[in-house]
Amino acid sequence: MTPEELLDAYAEMVLIRRTERAAHDLFMSGLVKGTTHLAAGHEAVAVGASGALRPDDYVFATYRGHHHALARGATPEECLAELMSRSTGLCQAKGGSMHLTKASSGMLGSYAIVGAHLPMAAGAAWSAKLRGSGQVAVAFFGDGATNIGAFHEALNLAAVWALPVLFVCENNLYMEYTPIEAVTAVPNPAADRAAGYNMPAEIIDGNDVVVVHETVARAAERARKGEGPTLIEAQTYRHFGHSRADPAKYRPADEVERWMKHDPLDVARARLEALGVPPETVADRDRRAAATVDAAIAAAKNAPEPEPALAFTDVWADGGAAWRT
Amino acid sequence: MADVKFTYRDAVAEGIAREMRRDPSVVCLGEDIGAAEGVFKTTVGLFKEFGPGRVWDTPISEQAIVGAAMGAAMTGMRPVAEIMFSDFLACCWDYLANEIPKARYMTGGQVTVPLVVRTANGGGLGFGAQHSQAVENWAFTVPGLKIVAPSTPADVVGLMAAAIRSDDPVVFFEHKALLAGSGPRPPDDHVIELGRAAVVREGTDVTVVALASTVPLSLKAAEQLAGEGISVEVVDLRCLIPLDMRTVLRSLEHTSRLVVVEENPYQGGWGGTVVSVVADEGFEMLDAPIKRVAGANVPLPFADSLEAEVIPTVDKITEAIRRLSVY
Repeated sequence: MTPEELLDAYAEMVLIRRTERAAHDLFMSGLVKGTTHLAAGHEAVAVGASGALRPDDYVFATYRGHHHALARGATPEECLAELMSRSTGLCQAKGGSMHLTKASSGMLGSYAIVGAHLPMAAGAAWSAKLRGSGQVAVAFFGDGATNIGAFHEALNLAAVWALPVLFVCENNLYMEYTPIEAVTAVPNPAADRAAGYNMPAEIIDGNDVVVVHETVARAAERARKGEGPTLIEAQTYRHFGHSRADPAKYRPADEVERWMKHDPLDVARARLEALGVPPETVADRDRRAAATVDAAIAAAKNAPEPEPALAFTDVWADGGAAWRT
Repeated sequence: MADVKFTYRDAVAEGIAREMRRDPSVVCLGEDIGAAEGVFKTTVGLFKEFGPGRVWDTPISEQAIVGAAMGAAMTGMRPVAEIMFSDFLACCWDYLANEIPKARYMTGGQVTVPLVVRTANGGGLGFGAQHSQAVENWAFTVPGLKIVAPSTPADVVGLMAAAIRSDDPVVFFEHKALLAGSGPRPPDDHVIELGRAAVVREGTDVTVVALASTVPLSLKAAEQLAGEGISVEVVDLRCLIPLDMRTVLRSLEHTSRLVVVEENPYQGGWGGTVVSVVADEGFEMLDAPIKRVAGANVPLPFADSLEAEVIPTVDKITEAIRRLSVY
């Protein structure tokens, strides 16, 4: 990554961090209902990967997917409006926090059934292969998804068909509340399974945006050359609990402290400093991100609720919901 | 005459082939569908004509099959996925219950999922409890899926064309007991709009609403009862979603009596919905209670004699119609 690319990546990560903080605060103040699964701490995975992809590549994410929507071009205002049930939301307030989607830029959805989107990503990659488009598809998923059948079916199919797909595990050590190591037969829940599917795998520092970027770029290049899928296990950590107001008290204090000292924003800042980027340039990006998110919060709060008729649109491709004559 | 031998199973392959010739974005995937030409021989000729680039053999991975079809459908293809036996839909039910039918809605209309999931459905062949179920009612419980279940070779071709051309996801139930039956080969570009029932026999005394395997059973029953002076109208729904209630209600205007014949279980079967619409919107037309001839609320037994006890038969249908006609 050039210093300029790294600075942009840093700014994008700050924007995501601020958006997630806003989502948390809006949830606690009752303006976001249902649930949220915040990705603060995971920013480098989304931003590092996205920067290494083509604009027309496909991304599939999980219910912890705000960072992927933002990294693929969704605005904080669209995301927060969706969380706040406003008509200006990304999905017209019909999806919510767990289903952020920005199809116009290839971010084809956030799926809330664990592991379900891995076969979809394989299918999008199959489609790219059939069309000869040179696109790749990326499925981001949590460590918890590595013990569900769809993960294994997708990996096998992708390997057998040599599909241009990247499987990127965001291993944050906890499936929800239970440590992943307590329920998994191998120490590296994603990477250790790859050999069973004759698939190359890498375990990387998911909190270093440069490392993620370089790893994804290499894997995407392999995929585009027709050399098949790659599995990447990016080690990272949640700043918040699993969902909603989970204080994550099940995590040992020393573990939390260790990971908080390895925050992706700090890692990127240190790299920028080493490259000679002036601190005031970095601070300026911090201020701009804060202003963008503040404006997004205000705009989302002022946006209208969806019209009731919207409940009956878009079941079908013709826009309607008719089920009988 | 070649037409005489145009079977329901031929019609499946022919219906798919016609669309594959017309539209290069149509691709097939499933277990043993390629060189092996399908365990039910419903994909005969496809691999030979279109090759491995458009007819893809998969591992026994129902989630991967339907999940990959979904991803391909969202990105410009029109996949036709085969799930060998409809019982196996349970292995990939997440995709049919949670993913495929909801993707468009929950993204605010950002994506479409134009795919077909084909599957061999129903009993009558003695395959036992895990390979004989009629499960069209499973799909019927999920908003966002279109459901097709043809009863004749011509309808297979016409409805396959409509299903593949549909921008909505379609579950296409091919009835195992009908595969060997034959009928006229339809003309080129034969397309039947989804959601149009067919009045396959006109009558004045009782309306029988049927689907797939229960259509020929109902027609046989109607033929028998004609000798007894009972005039039976048979409506082949052809699709469950969209459900052509207009045709059913119009038939009741002149018969005032209704029998619904369905192979899926009485408990939760689609006939319950047909009946509830009639009760709500057609109550004043009725001159008699409504009868449902449906699968029994038991798993499918193996022995032919036991299986016949629990799925609709001609005798059960004639009995129900007789009772209604004298009510």
